[in-house]
Amino acid sequence: MKTKELLLDPIVKNNPIALQVLGICSALAVTSQMKQALIMGLAVSLVTGVSSAMVSVMRNFIPNSIRIIVQMTIIASAVIVADQLLKAYVYDVAKQMSVYVGLIITNCIVMGRTEGFAMKNKPFASFIDGIGNGLGYTCMLLAVAFIRELFGSGKLFGYSVLPLTTEGGWYQSNGLLLLPACSFFIIGCMIWLLRTFRPEQVEKE
Amino acid sequence: MEDLLSLFVKSIFVENMALAFLLGMCTFLAVSKKVDTAMGLGIAVTFVQAITVPANNLVYNHLLRAGALSWAGYPDVDLSFLGLISYIGVVAAIVQILEMFLDKFVPSLYNALGIFLPLITVNCAIMGGSLFMVERDYNFSQSVVYGVGSGAGWALAIVALAGIREKMNYSDVPAGLKGLGITFITGGLMAIVFMAFAGIQL
Repeated sequence: MKTKELLLDPIVKNNPIALQVLGICSALAVTSQMKQALIMGLAVSLVTGVSSAMVSVMRNFIPNSIRIIVQMTIIASAVIVADQLLKAYVYDVAKQMSVYVGLIITNCIVMGRTEGFAMKNKPFASFIDGIGNGLGYTCMLLAVAFIRELFGSGKLFGYSVLPLTTEGGWYQSNGLLLLPACSFFIIGCMIWLLRTFRPEQVEKE
Repeated sequence: MEDLLSLFVKSIFVENMALAFLLGMCTFLAVSKKVDTAMGLGIAVTFVQAITVPANNLVYNHLLRAGALSWAGYPDVDLSFLGLISYIGVVAAIVQILEMFLDKFVPSLYNALGIFLPLITVNCAIMGGSLFMVERDYNFSQSVVYGVGSGAGWALAIVALAGIREKMNYSDVPAGLKGLGITFITGGLMAIVFMAFAGIQL
């Protein structure tokens, strides 16, 4: 496959959250603000890319029976680096996201790509594939965060777009959208929308 | 004693792993088709959670935190950056040991849990429990209570969702929402219901 396809396919055609239904935990939890979603998305992209490349470099030396634990160790190391970087440069956001940065380790997207792609492909292709899937995840996260932040608090990236009534504007904010429960509804509706346009994905009874 | 009891109730209802913190969602949505399997998975998660959270508490307090290695003659060493890799290692090791132990001594439970046991390693509720324990600085007895409570809360949520989904088989869901879509919406409604507990002061 070409590099461009590897990078762009997971964003639209084969989105990890919407189609493969991977990595939902963090998609639901960190999407109340665009900034958090963007940083989380970038962290996941980087971790997926780097750990895919590392696994791919070592793929011929990893015994089959212990491959899961080897992948886990590589992923955990990459997440530690990402965690330390976030704490060093964007401390406030890292504090707000609390445990969800550490939970990138158990994000199924990372494990899914190392197991499903990096074990069979060359390092550079694996790196691009990891980044591409990470970007697909980022797009979905940003889409959910866009709805939640705009209508929930009238802001985008912390800048006021719809002036709130509490601050002398006209927009009455919808507090429901800031609750974690709401991201269930948004993703549920997105899946509905997607499956209306692609009926072949509808589940059978 | 009283604060332990309130921590227990809080970790089950107010801070429910699945519905308040949205952890362990992948399995929560995927393995909730039948009440029986949901119950088996819930018990397995509670069991593992009750062992791993205290175990990670010991690892953190006696090996990783700043000054924890003073018993070995290194009072200035701070290994807390190694936390993530240690916790996941402990989780993976305990799940593996538990699997071998159950296979040998309690085969009936082993057969009932089946495929779910190894999958628990990558359940974020387990990892999340350990991370919350570190973030909130629980002591050992608190971590035992928190482990059991948060596991039980997750089990409660998945069994409840499975019950609703079994009933939902009889309803007429729009084609595009069938399966995953409607499960998401149900989960959202359950999360709103569980928010009622958030007002309880203990």
